[in-house]
Amino acid sequence: MTPVSAATIDGLRRIEGRDKVTGAARYAYEQQIEGVATAVAVTSTIAKGRIHGFDAGETLAHPRVLEVLTYENAPRVAEDADSEPELAVLQTSAVAYHGQVVALVIAETLEAAREGARLLAVEYREQTPDVELSDSHPGLYKPDKVNAGFPTDEGTGDPDRALEKADLVVDAVYSTPNDHNQPMEPHATVATWSDDGHLTLYDSTQGAPMAANSVSKILGVDSGRVRIISHHVGGGFGSKGTPRPNVILAALAAQALGRPVKLALTRQQLFTMVGYRTPTIQRVRLGANADGTLTALVHEAFEQSSTIKEFAEQTTTCSRVMYASPNRRTAHRLVRLDVPTPSWKRAPGEAPGMFALESAIDELAVAAGMDPIALRIANEPDVEPETGRRFSSRNLVACLREGARQFGWDERDPTPGVRREGRFLVGSGVAASTYPARRQPSSATARANDDGTYLVRIGAADIGTGARTALTRIAATALDVDPSRVVVEIGDSALPFAMLAGGSMGTASWGSAVVKACRALVEQGGGEVEVDTKEEVAADADLAKHGFGAQFAQVRVDIDSGETRVDRMLGVFAVGKVIEPRLARSQLIGGMVMGLGMALMEEAILDPRTGATVNHDFAGYHVPVNADVTDVEATWIEEEDAELNPMGSKGIGEIGITGAPAAIANAVFHATGRRVRDLPIRLDRLL
Amino acid sequence: MKPFRFERPENAEGAVATLTASGAEHARYLGGGTNLVDLMRLGVETPDLLVDVARLGHDAVRETDGGGLRVGAAVRNSDLARDPLLRTRYPMVSQALLSGASPQLRNLATIGGNLLQRTRCAYFTDTSLDCNKRDPGSGCGALDGEHRNHAILGHSAACIATHPSDLAVALTAVGAEVLVEGAAGERHIPMPGLHRLPGDAPERDTVLDPGDLIVAIQLPPLEAARRSSYRKVRDRASFSFAVVSVAAALQCDEDGTIRDVRIALGGVAHAPWRAERAEEELRGGPATAERFAAAAAAELDQARPLEQNAFKVPLARNLIVTVLADLAGVAA
Repeated sequence: MTPVSAATIDGLRRIEGRDKVTGAARYAYEQQIEGVATAVAVTSTIAKGRIHGFDAGETLAHPRVLEVLTYENAPRVAEDADSEPELAVLQTSAVAYHGQVVALVIAETLEAAREGARLLAVEYREQTPDVELSDSHPGLYKPDKVNAGFPTDEGTGDPDRALEKADLVVDAVYSTPNDHNQPMEPHATVATWSDDGHLTLYDSTQGAPMAANSVSKILGVDSGRVRIISHHVGGGFGSKGTPRPNVILAALAAQALGRPVKLALTRQQLFTMVGYRTPTIQRVRLGANADGTLTALVHEAFEQSSTIKEFAEQTTTCSRVMYASPNRRTAHRLVRLDVPTPSWKRAPGEAPGMFALESAIDELAVAAGMDPIALRIANEPDVEPETGRRFSSRNLVACLREGARQFGWDERDPTPGVRREGRFLVGSGVAASTYPARRQPSSATARANDDGTYLVRIGAADIGTGARTALTRIAATALDVDPSRVVVEIGDSALPFAMLAGGSMGTASWGSAVVKACRALVEQGGGEVEVDTKEEVAADADLAKHGFGAQFAQVRVDIDSGETRVDRMLGVFAVGKVIEPRLARSQLIGGMVMGLGMALMEEAILDPRTGATVNHDFAGYHVPVNADVTDVEATWIEEEDAELNPMGSKGIGEIGITGAPAAIANAVFHATGRRVRDLPIRLDRLL
Repeated sequence: MKPFRFERPENAEGAVATLTASGAEHARYLGGGTNLVDLMRLGVETPDLLVDVARLGHDAVRETDGGGLRVGAAVRNSDLARDPLLRTRYPMVSQALLSGASPQLRNLATIGGNLLQRTRCAYFTDTSLDCNKRDPGSGCGALDGEHRNHAILGHSAACIATHPSDLAVALTAVGAEVLVEGAAGERHIPMPGLHRLPGDAPERDTVLDPGDLIVAIQLPPLEAARRSSYRKVRDRASFSFAVVSVAAALQCDEDGTIRDVRIALGGVAHAPWRAERAEEELRGGPATAERFAAAAAAELDQARPLEQNAFKVPLARNLIVTVLADLAGVAA
């Protein structure tokens, strides 16, 4: 394993970078469609109850308003749309949360549509909502399974007894708030029906082929008649992984009007209509011998979903992977509240779960009087704790050691609350990162052109990650030609069916298909080939496959104000073969910065009486700005792993956010001697 | 957005006449538009008429007799912040400006508009929620709702919002005067007298009458302001409103006796808050950390924190002490 120096990181530049900065790249809402009308969504102002009626008189009197769609007159969706209740829009008078779509105003212009929306009167029959998560809520229950199909609870041995007998015990409750994805490009769709019943959607999605399948099911249209085009996507972070209400709203409106319709959600609507990360309350109990060896690990999570859909985040699954302990219990409990439906946000499960686990490990290191890196190394498992499976590769220890070297960890005095620089207390912290390395079947075509260039086509998505560029590199390597001779087409459901950009599986899934297609083309000696990877993926070895990493943070806390600023962050990751170093570094840093936001500022607040998301804009919901991000570096150790995919790569989209909040929280403890267990670490929690 | 009429008069008199003679129910002057246009998009402001006052010629910073400054109301925040005279004579005003918003917004926002920006209370900016300021009589949603960032001083049962301007806090410490052109001619309003406490009429942010137009700000000569600073505490490093801020100026005699001191607080009240009690405690005595702490305590004795914002009291106290100690060159 060779450490990679950040200074030497190089690689291809983003293929569409110039188009993006010059505006030549067209995003969904920017498509120029002849005769397009503009829609604006109207959302509920109660969190629970029913719509009693609409007064659309003033709206329809507006000279440029074309139509108001509500549950009373909207086209019906397919009956089996019940499986996706968030997409069965405008079908019922019931209101399940504040900010749920109740009407769509369609007009000749955006200005008229917004004014029409303002003039629309909606009368409700309101019931008292229940919007507050607690770990003693009477509605808590055990879901059948948690997301990604993981068991809700699992464990081994007798952790309660082990805790009773342990030399050292950490028993702490951590919490994380509602965190929002909030990509720069809002969810937006342009919908056009052809005379013969074909639907074309320009949409901002993380996976056009899978989204097209979902939309066809919801609308009850043959899947061959729905096409989604999504050439450029301005971020998603999970919130565009599956279709959101905007897609169906635009399609229904275009159907009702018989003309193209475009719809972009507003920044405020992104807080309620497209998902968010559930708040969590997590109790972690660690038992250990005096030498720091874990004897018990208990990780229990309490989280929420809406009343219309069960979304059970897999918050404690990281504790089934990270550390060896003879006694373990991990569990999830869910409560259904009158709140917006949570959904995928970057590293669902691992991001909040690793905050709690890695904070608790730091607390144990303090209790044991041990260096937190040494403590982690002492509890390194030989096999995956939950399953007993061998790790295809696991280099957490190497990351911790290399990170310690680069960060200067060995010079650290572990005493908390003693380093003063002017009016600041300074400290540093460490935490581990992890995220699964998986892949899914995908298909691709490859063609040799007469002019010596190659065309590779796959229904992949580039949501700002650089996927188009990485796939170009993968194809060029497999074809053994210069990348400049390869064109990769993505972002269209008419292209060969492929996995979505999610679960850090995009490049592994697509790359497998691209390599297979390109190798087949070389073997065939030209022409065109089409492949899929169902067989390879089905035959994948049943091993524990995860990326790992170590994150280090140095913070300063103002003793007068309690303001925490991060002076320095370093992440060292072990993520298989890194395909495009420049883009990989950028994506890892992006994850770490999102982790910084999660640690220090991101928090959506619901009014407990009305269920309204009070701070639903960027003045109220803070994400990091440049001034917050002074010195963040990401690097990696070269890792050989032949049991993943032809590239030997692990996904890198999500691992960067995992561990970052704990590294910062642990640094805050080191700086101040105060353990903040509730995110975000606002200044009033340190004053 | 509601359709509106747009007028661009030649001069201040014309602007006042246009607005007062329009008969419009909701008429607004438009400066940089960085706050008003947002509020129009949100449906919080629904003017029938906008009168553009950014191009009336009030765009210069001039030195006045005796060493003060006269700042045209249409001067952009960025331009004033970098004015060499302002930076020498009133550093806290420059610092306050630069701590606000982002460079892009500061390039657009005017000085007059900065003073008249509306509260960022979330209940005010969301038309689906109750707010006495936006919709008198509907109730204050924040009082029993989310109010971590609301007032601790001078609030009422009707309204607990804070004023968001950084500039206004520094100008309050300076004791600047606001020059207003109105239907009855020009008048001068001394800061902090421009902004009101909410009382039972929170819909009125200021003492201005309909049609009143701010044309300039006058900064009086103030020796103490040469040694002044603005300290803003916020939830992230930039582009965020103050949780609490302090503008302070300190002038001491050679023996260390405080000759003049100015203190104003932001983020704590419906108006920029001049800490007169603290100033009185300090004038004429030595500049020590103990006396700064006593003065801060005297001022904050009046604080009536709410359930979620009690932390603002020690925060304001700490800031007053540390900013004054810094100016005095003593350890806090």
